Amino acid sequence: MIRALLWILSGLILGGIVHLSTVLAMPQAATQDAYSRLTPLTPVNTMVQLAPPTVDTAIMPFMDPAFAAAVCRYDLTDGSIKLTSPVSQAYTSVTFYTRKSVAYYAINDRAAGRRTIELDLMTPEQHADMPEEEDVTAADRLIIESPGTVGLIVLRALAPEPGLMPMARRTLAAAKCELQPPQ
Amino acid sequence: MRLLLGSFITFLIAAAVGLGATWLTLTRGVAFGSLNIGAWTAWPKSGSVDIDPYARANIARTGELPTGMGDGVAFYASSDDARNSFDGRCTFTISGMTPVARYWTITLYNPEGKLVANSIDRHSFTSDEIVRDSDGGFAITVAPLARPGNWLPTGGADKFVLVLRLYDTPIGVSTGTTKEGPMPAIVRKGCS
Repeated sequence: MIRALLWILSGLILGGIVHLSTVLAMPQAATQDAYSRLTPLTPVNTMVQLAPPTVDTAIMPFMDPAFAAAVCRYDLTDGSIKLTSPVSQAYTSVTFYTRKSVAYYAINDRAAGRRTIELDLMTPEQHADMPEEEDVTAADRLIIESPGTVGLIVLRALAPEPGLMPMARRTLAAAKCELQPPQ
Repeated sequence: MRLLLGSFITFLIAAAVGLGATWLTLTRGVAFGSLNIGAWTAWPKSGSVDIDPYARANIARTGELPTGMGDGVAFYASSDDARNSFDGRCTFTISGMTPVARYWTITLYNPEGKLVANSIDRHSFTSDEIVRDSDGGFAITVAPLARPGNWLPTGGADKFVLVLRLYDTPIGVSTGTTKEGPMPAIVRKGCS
C-alpha cells in the first residue's frame, strides 16, 4: 500500500516537472507565434503596413480594428536601426517586441514629445561601441537597446472614426525603418 | 515485474498531470499579476519584460502581440458583473465611466480573438465615436438585433469576449494600487 502511494507521489512530482518544463519550452516550440506569422509577409529591416483585421482573416488574434499598424521585422546583425515616423493627428505608438513576442519597450507620440518619432535601436554591444562624442549629442536622441539581434517594431496609428483610417494609414506609409551600417 | 508496473504507473501519472496542467493553464489563460475591476481583468505586466512564464507561453501559442506598457492597457471581460457568461443571443449593457486615458476602444471578439461577422460590419467603438449623455457617461448595448444608440452587434455568436483598451493611461503603470478608477458596469438585460 505504502509502495503504491510512493509510486503515485513520485508520479505527481514528476508531473509537476513535466508541467513546468513544457510551459517554459512553449515559446521555443511555438511555430505560430507573431514573429513566425509575420516572417512571410515582411522583408527584413523594412516598414510594412499590415492588412487590417477582418471577420475572415487576421494576421494575429486580438488586433485592434480601430488602428492602422505597420511592422518592421528587424535584424541588427549588420548595424543599428533608425526608426522615423510622423505622428498622426490622433494617437501613434511604437512598441518593440523580442523574437518571442515580449514587449520590452513601448512609447507613445506624446511621450516621444515631437512632431516625428525618432528612435535608434541597437544591441547593447553596438551601444557600447558608439564613439564618445556621438554619445554626447545622443542626449536628445532616444536610444533603445534590443535584448536580441532580431525582433519586431510595431507602429500603431489610431483612426478615432472609420473615416480617418486613410489618414492613419498615410501616416504609417511615411514611416521608415533604416539600417545604419557601422562607421 | 512490480518495479516495471510501478514505474509505468508513475510515468503515466506524470504525463497526465504535467501535460494536463499545461493544457489547462494555457487554454484558460492563467497569468499572474492580474488587475481585476468588476468584470474586467487586465494583465499590465504582460506588456513588459516582467511578463510571467504562463503569459509568455500563452502569447507564443496564440500568436498575439500584447499591448505594451507605455502604449496602453487592455482589459478583458467574458462575463457580466454578476458572472453570467457572455452569450451572443442575450442583450448586455455596458455603461458608466472609463478611467483616465487619451483614447479608448472597445472591441467584440470570439474567444479565439477573431472579429465576429454581423449585418452592419461593426466590431468596435472608439471613445470619439461613442454617443454620450449630457453628463459625459455612455451606454453601449451589446445585442444580436439592432438597438438605438451605441449598438455593438454580437452576430448571434455563442460566446464572445469584450476588450476595453485604454491608450496613454496611468492605469497599470503604477502597480499596487487598488483604486484604479471606475470601469464601466456590465449588466445582462435578457436573452432572446
